[in-house]
Amino acid sequence: MKKNRLLITSLTLSSLSFVFASEGPSAAEAMFTANNTWMLVSTFLVFIMHLGFASLETGLTQSKNTVNILFKNTGIIAIGILTYALCGFNLMYPGDFNGFVGFAGAGIKNPDGAAGLIGYAGGAYTYYTDFIFQAMFAATAATIVSGAVAERIKLPSFLVFTAIYVAIIYPIAGSWKWGGGWLDQRGFYDFAGSTLVHSVGGWAALVGAYLLGPRIGKYSKSGDIKPIKGHNLPLAAIGVFLLWFGWYGFNGGSVLSADPGLVSLVFVTTSLAAAGGIIGAMITSWSISKKPDLSMVLNGSLAGLVGITAGADVISPMNSVIVGIIAGVIVVLSVIQIDKIQIDDPVGAISVHLVCGIWGTLAVGIFSPDHSVGVQALGVVSYGVFCLIASVILFTVIKSIMGLRVSEEEEIIGLDIGEHDMESYAGFQIFTVE
Amino acid sequence: MKLILAIIQPEELPDIKDELIKRKIYKFTVSAAKGQGKEIPVTEVYRGISHELSLLSKVRLEIAVNDEFVDSVVEAITTVAKKDGVKGRGKIFIFPLEECIRIRTGETGAEAIG
Repeated sequence: MKKNRLLITSLTLSSLSFVFASEGPSAAEAMFTANNTWMLVSTFLVFIMHLGFASLETGLTQSKNTVNILFKNTGIIAIGILTYALCGFNLMYPGDFNGFVGFAGAGIKNPDGAAGLIGYAGGAYTYYTDFIFQAMFAATAATIVSGAVAERIKLPSFLVFTAIYVAIIYPIAGSWKWGGGWLDQRGFYDFAGSTLVHSVGGWAALVGAYLLGPRIGKYSKSGDIKPIKGHNLPLAAIGVFLLWFGWYGFNGGSVLSADPGLVSLVFVTTSLAAAGGIIGAMITSWSISKKPDLSMVLNGSLAGLVGITAGADVISPMNSVIVGIIAGVIVVLSVIQIDKIQIDDPVGAISVHLVCGIWGTLAVGIFSPDHSVGVQALGVVSYGVFCLIASVILFTVIKSIMGLRVSEEEEIIGLDIGEHDMESYAGFQIFTVE
Repeated sequence: MKLILAIIQPEELPDIKDELIKRKIYKFTVSAAKGQGKEIPVTEVYRGISHELSLLSKVRLEIAVNDEFVDSVVEAITTVAKKDGVKGRGKIFIFPLEECIRIRTGETGAEAIG
């Protein structure tokens, strides 16, 4: 022990004398380190959003499907990161390309030494940071789909859909804006992904939920809506708080440097919009249902967050409150309306991510003088058409080859036993009589 | 010997337990139950949809006693649970009990039950 301590002391002393002997890091190097560190903090904040999604989805669904939901969410993050390394990153950021599809080759590179790392993004972050930050985003789009198709989709079919959607559709769509493609050249703006991440996931969620049909027992033959209650609202609340926490990295990291002014502005607009979303949803659900609904205000905070994501750095703090409140109102009305047209979305993913993603994208045109509503709408429609077509083709092909929905018998027993032969709450007594 | 089975509202359990102990009745079993009584329909709201509940949470109380304690048990439960005009206060069922055996000692009948 003593020997080790001596060794450490002498090492510290020698490294200190090294620092004093040399001139120390230059200002540019210090900034590079600060920027890069913030980007890596943002990366692990985005990572924890996956736990948020998993908790929220688990909480708002039935206890008999919990293993299946957690399994899907675990699979998604692996598929997301791996496919992004394999092809996603280079499809999304192909360099010079025709503006629609480009590919810079499979796999990720090993840049040459320290110079190759520092020179990569003008001293804002390394090549590796760029990859891993973007990779964390990629899996998010697929996670959104998971909630809407929960409690009835076959596990293998879902995993195949996710892999193809994240590996090919998400990065191609992303390249149109973030990769410098045709929508970027027309002045379309999406700061952190109201459209590029949330709507892209949301469109697939809509198609998936529609093609699968509602869960057994959700609608009576006469068309009455029968709620299928989530089994754990505390877990849903934990999920939403984790998502909000992670959003500081999702939006804050999308500044792509530690720029003090911009990062702190983004933190303010992000928080104000989330708070506005809660209030908007609270007022709407309280006046419609006569009772304040927890699951709706939880959705409301996410709605505000999705809503501000497209313009978190260009919308003023006071306008971000308005964006959030409107998102909160929209999400409640949308959840109720989507239920009425018999599209069964157990967690409200379509309303939160697609509908509020569209709102957030248009809000940039409304509240930022530098952007036009027309171009923002062009972006919304273009992504809608592309993602709808891609999702319909993908889900239809998967349906014809391997089937999409579990058997009626399995759905009633629950996917935990049906798909996994495993129960999520062994030893707990849970009533399933209703 | 009698077996008294009572279905009561969960929130009344702590007071009923106190009343039983006051009357020197120390041995009983409680379990969570779901049931349908005269208080239905009860409405709940979930994600904007209001719906009627038919099965509600109840507590099932089981007490085995010697005959002379039956009235005390009924009194303990009704003192707490009887609320004039409020529906769904529950029911008490009384069964004749054939035998009772204390597992540890093998005692039977009145001795085992007390």
